[in-house]
Amino acid sequence: MALLQISEPGQSEAPHQRRLAVGIDLGTTNSLVATVRSGEATTLADQQGNTILPSVVRYSAEQVQVGIEALANAEADPENTIISAKRFMGRSVEDVVKTYPELPYQFVGEAKELARIATAAGKKSPVEVSADILAVLKTRAENSLGDEIQGAVITVPAYFDDAQRQCTKDAARLAGLKVLRLLNEPTAAAIAYGLDSKQEGQIAVYDLGGGTFDISILKLEKGVFEVLSTGGDSALGGDDFDQVIVDWIKASGKLPAQLSSRMRRVVKETAKKVKEQLSDASSVDYSIKLDDQSQIQLSLTKAEFESLVEPLVKRTLIACRRALKDAGLKAEDIKDVILVGGSTRVPLVRSRVADYFAKEPLSSIDPDQVVAIGASLQADILVGNKPDSDMVLLDVIPLSLGLETMGGLCEKIIPRNTTIPVAKAQEFTTFKDGQTAMAVHVVQGERELVKDCRSLAKFELHGIPPMAAGAAHIRVSFQVDADGLLSVTAMEKSTGVQSSIQVKPSYGLEENEILQMLQASVANAKDDVKARQLAEQVVEAQRMLESLGNAITQDKHLLSEEEYNSLTGDLAKLAELCQGSDVDAIKQQIELIDNNSQDFAAARMDQSIRKALQGHKVDEI
Amino acid sequence: MNFFEIFNFEPDFNLDVNSLSARYKDLQRAFHPDQYASANESQKLLALQKATEINDAYATLKSTVSRAEYLLKLVGLDISHETTTVKDPSFLMQQMEYREKLEDISALSDPYDAIIEFEQELEQEQAELEATIGRELKSAHYEQAANAVRKLKFIKKLQVELERLEDEVSDI
Repeated sequence: MALLQISEPGQSEAPHQRRLAVGIDLGTTNSLVATVRSGEATTLADQQGNTILPSVVRYSAEQVQVGIEALANAEADPENTIISAKRFMGRSVEDVVKTYPELPYQFVGEAKELARIATAAGKKSPVEVSADILAVLKTRAENSLGDEIQGAVITVPAYFDDAQRQCTKDAARLAGLKVLRLLNEPTAAAIAYGLDSKQEGQIAVYDLGGGTFDISILKLEKGVFEVLSTGGDSALGGDDFDQVIVDWIKASGKLPAQLSSRMRRVVKETAKKVKEQLSDASSVDYSIKLDDQSQIQLSLTKAEFESLVEPLVKRTLIACRRALKDAGLKAEDIKDVILVGGSTRVPLVRSRVADYFAKEPLSSIDPDQVVAIGASLQADILVGNKPDSDMVLLDVIPLSLGLETMGGLCEKIIPRNTTIPVAKAQEFTTFKDGQTAMAVHVVQGERELVKDCRSLAKFELHGIPPMAAGAAHIRVSFQVDADGLLSVTAMEKSTGVQSSIQVKPSYGLEENEILQMLQASVANAKDDVKARQLAEQVVEAQRMLESLGNAITQDKHLLSEEEYNSLTGDLAKLAELCQGSDVDAIKQQIELIDNNSQDFAAARMDQSIRKALQGHKVDEI
Repeated sequence: MNFFEIFNFEPDFNLDVNSLSARYKDLQRAFHPDQYASANESQKLLALQKATEINDAYATLKSTVSRAEYLLKLVGLDISHETTTVKDPSFLMQQMEYREKLEDISALSDPYDAIIEFEQELEQEQAELEATIGRELKSAHYEQAANAVRKLKFIKKLQVELERLEDEVSDI
């Protein structure tokens, strides 16, 4: 039973109820949902008692199956059963086919568009597949908590680029979840660990999941989780360990290079089982039934397996070294190493990590659950259940952001490991007399040449006043928010004409596609859209009444009497509108108050800056 | 508010980095967008802008090169994007020697000791230049300070290259 929170007398007129929020680990192989109940973070189980939901969706003409049921059909129906869709997030068809040549899926669409898979239920993008997984977790959480979820923190690999993050956020939107924050997986693990152990100091989080590898170096101090550096590989994980075994099976079993869809799945599943068994056994024997019903017998020893995966483990350690260097630390400066992700169960991974950091890594919290647990702890704070929390997360941008300049070179605008939120501006000028437009290409990555970096977006600036070459000054500003997402604005300096550019990742969904999908899903669920909108606006209005109401009472001195009366009047009108059912009127009134209170909010912020530093004056004199 | 004012510091090159970091964290505790997750849109935007500014200020004041450049900018001398380079012949001569040394080290079969020794040499050079910058800024000799900053940038560049070299020769 959730406890009611009662606020300090006089601070808030109405004690508000505890808000329900969840943390979701949307993994390559498995997904989980967790929440904080009675002060304790726990993962939530389905009706059969399973906490882990395999990240597998099967699309048939009649239904959509998610999780264990879908996985059970993977062998019989490989083309329609999407496994590890996370690997395709923000990736083009061309890219996916090149990186994963063994997939049984039919990819459709242009080579340079977001990868989509042809299924019995139509074309499915990885965003939709992820949304179906998220929707199941949302329902699970609402069933076990008995009410609607107000918000979710969804984790992403730290090394995810902008396109992959945007796709994840879109998936949540499609699933009807309000995203409080996208949280980096290693940071989530660090929260779970840090809040649990109350330890301080520098720690490393080594996160080897099904499809991605992350290493993050953090400094924990008095509730501040400061990410010093992060590194990794968004296409390296347990799937690659399986793949080296698949290649080995194909070579030693003399199988053809091109396997049938069924055979691919059989070999892949065998490889996975062999890998898991080799965690304990020193050798594994197994047989595979070929398409012509004949059987082959094979045997793999632990030593052979380890020599096969050694190069992969080494790649992770090279990333560890770079992350340490970026943090300005040495391996011996690290107090604890936390292991996250199912692939850290491979004994070779554990021993190599232990050798590298010269200490036994920790896995006291279940490496499969630690990310979801950490995400739920942050969700609980963000939704406002812990007003006294002094936790702050200072995360970084994992890959440098740059622009294409003459000759296909990449000019770095924001270097990797810069603390977010961050903004940088760059000035451009025209190349020709009378030029009225220019094209800007934003890329992400560390390499010198644009073609070696990932293309994030291309956009054009129009309406530049015709001037002599070099006379126009266009200032383009890049803002990366706390979710690691980029937005761009541009301004022509001589005229002051400002234009904001919607940066759509090169490989993502268009806004209108998302809207169509949302409308379709709402139509299917026969949801009462109007009622829903009204409820949302009323919640929004009440939030405003409460927070601005308190602010006005506390900081009356920052307002003139006239301003005070006008704002109080506006709020009273909003409260009155909430009793009615006019959605648009409520919305307009919220916007009006938002506008009218901007100066007041700015004045309060400036006042807070002084307040935040007050403690120092005393103890530093 | 300039970057020093944000942290309630006097504009001074000699800054206690530990105290800067403590004040930075206190400010982020108050302004990080996470604290405004359930606030309305304009508050969210304002928090985002403030947190961004605080991060920018912190990053600028944390490093000695950007801190010095910022102090010079405050007195009207913007050298952060300039193309002017150092004209001091003895300094340039020494840079050439350093470059040669870097090449020599990369040709060694066991370069570790040489790398560490060179690292220390550059560190000392860095400390001396930083002391000069502090002194010149204090006595309002801005051109002299700017020259020392330009030299410091050279040294920083060498340090990066030396690190890259160390990366290349070391193996996990």
